Amino acid sequence: MIEAIHVSKSFGDKKVLNDISVLFEAGKTNLIIGQSGSGKTVLLKSLVGLHSIDEGQIIYGCKSIYNELDFKEKKALRMQIGMLFQGGALFDSSTVEENIIFPMDMFTQMSDSDKRDRANFCLKRVHLENVNHLYPAEISGGMQKRVAIARAIALNPKYLFCDEPNSGLDPKTSIVIDNLIKEITEEYGITTIINTHDMNSVMEIGEKIVFIYNGEIAWEGSRKDILHADNKVLNDFVFASNLAKQVKLQSQLA
Amino acid sequence: MNFLFYLGQYFLFIRKVFAKPEKYSIYYRQTIKEIDKLGLNSVPIVIIISIFMGAVITLQTRYNLENPLIPLYLIGLTARDTMLLEFSSTMVGLILAGKVGSNIASEIGSMRITEQIDALEIMGVNSSSFLVLPKIMATALFNPILTLISMIMGIWGGWLAVLATGALPSNDYLYGIQYAFVPFYITYSLLKTIVFAFVITTVSAFMGYHVQGGSLEVGRASTKAVVYSSVWILFFNVLLTQLMLS
Repeated sequence: MIEAIHVSKSFGDKKVLNDISVLFEAGKTNLIIGQSGSGKTVLLKSLVGLHSIDEGQIIYGCKSIYNELDFKEKKALRMQIGMLFQGGALFDSSTVEENIIFPMDMFTQMSDSDKRDRANFCLKRVHLENVNHLYPAEISGGMQKRVAIARAIALNPKYLFCDEPNSGLDPKTSIVIDNLIKEITEEYGITTIINTHDMNSVMEIGEKIVFIYNGEIAWEGSRKDILHADNKVLNDFVFASNLAKQVKLQSQLA
Repeated sequence: MNFLFYLGQYFLFIRKVFAKPEKYSIYYRQTIKEIDKLGLNSVPIVIIISIFMGAVITLQTRYNLENPLIPLYLIGLTARDTMLLEFSSTMVGLILAGKVGSNIASEIGSMRITEQIDALEIMGVNSSSFLVLPKIMATALFNPILTLISMIMGIWGGWLAVLATGALPSNDYLYGIQYAFVPFYITYSLLKTIVFAFVITTVSAFMGYHVQGGSLEVGRASTKAVVYSSVWILFFNVLLTQLMLS
């Protein structure tokens, strides 16, 4: 599990995160939702250590990453983290296979054939085959996201972070990516945190949902609760989507 | 104050670049790739520019030499010493600041805006060291070779100009390029080249690494990399000349 305790973060005079306290449970798909500019990405990047925080603590397991981990422990923790970036962040100058092998190259003593086998396994896991020797520019956006997931799970991470995994994808591919993340989370018991404003994802895979508004947690709960929440800003966000309206209507009819 | 801020940031960046590599074999492999990309790919431009500059230096010296008392072999000597002392190190350094510097800044800058550097950091890789140290090693190892190639090609270019125009007897030119040869000039030139390689690589990488924004900023960083590298090359040129030749 990952826990944020009283986390605050400012950029200059602008307070982007204000006293955020939240627990993300292991083996679940935890979703951070909110409008653009609400502080979702900053929270995700603060959780993962890409942004330093001004106040508060971030706990992995039972240790604070800022106070209780030395350099070696932080490095070891980094190897347990996989991250799927908004644009995929694949290395342009490396092939798909080289991208997946990269973390194994860097941090393991595996033989070349073992690394290739593992890369093939990860590619199969994300339903990709015969793309090993293609460059990221030669595959579609959806395939790039799947390669990025394959790279993220190459070292069997305990924590998976996804920053807007569906951005730029068509609805069908988005569902494939969502289901893939959910399957992998359950299969490996990973703590997964997904940052999204896609209501489709919320209704499909959101087991725990945290709604951020103006840098503060405005609501948290499950996807069942979200449709009946008594929270104006959350309702404005959720019911801006026709999908949520229809789901609510269907649940009322049922 | 801004200058001091960036200078401090630059030295902190350099400290990270020279941190202990995660895995030497990977860095070695990267260095070989960078030698190919930054070094071998620069050979044609260095050859072309050096031949033409050697030719021009020889012809201009000849046409400006009106005094009949000055022996013609001094034209060969002038062409040789100009190439050894200044052109092959400084001018080639400035040309590489344009070619290699912009390449490094735009490559690293693009990696920054597409979150590839963040991806490296998340994996626990020291991104500045992984991306920059192999480039420093590659240019520090290969730029001296480029300088030697430039010296040879420049002097050869001067000879070609002599043969093609008949501006002076070929024998005078060949005698001149062997006359009063000071081997230390080559050492001096190669040492300057290594310092310039370090300046080009680190300044350009620093500019690329700290890009914020989009492709427009990558373009700006690339331009800044060339300008700042060139200025620092000129500064170190004066400094090293005073230190080594005075």
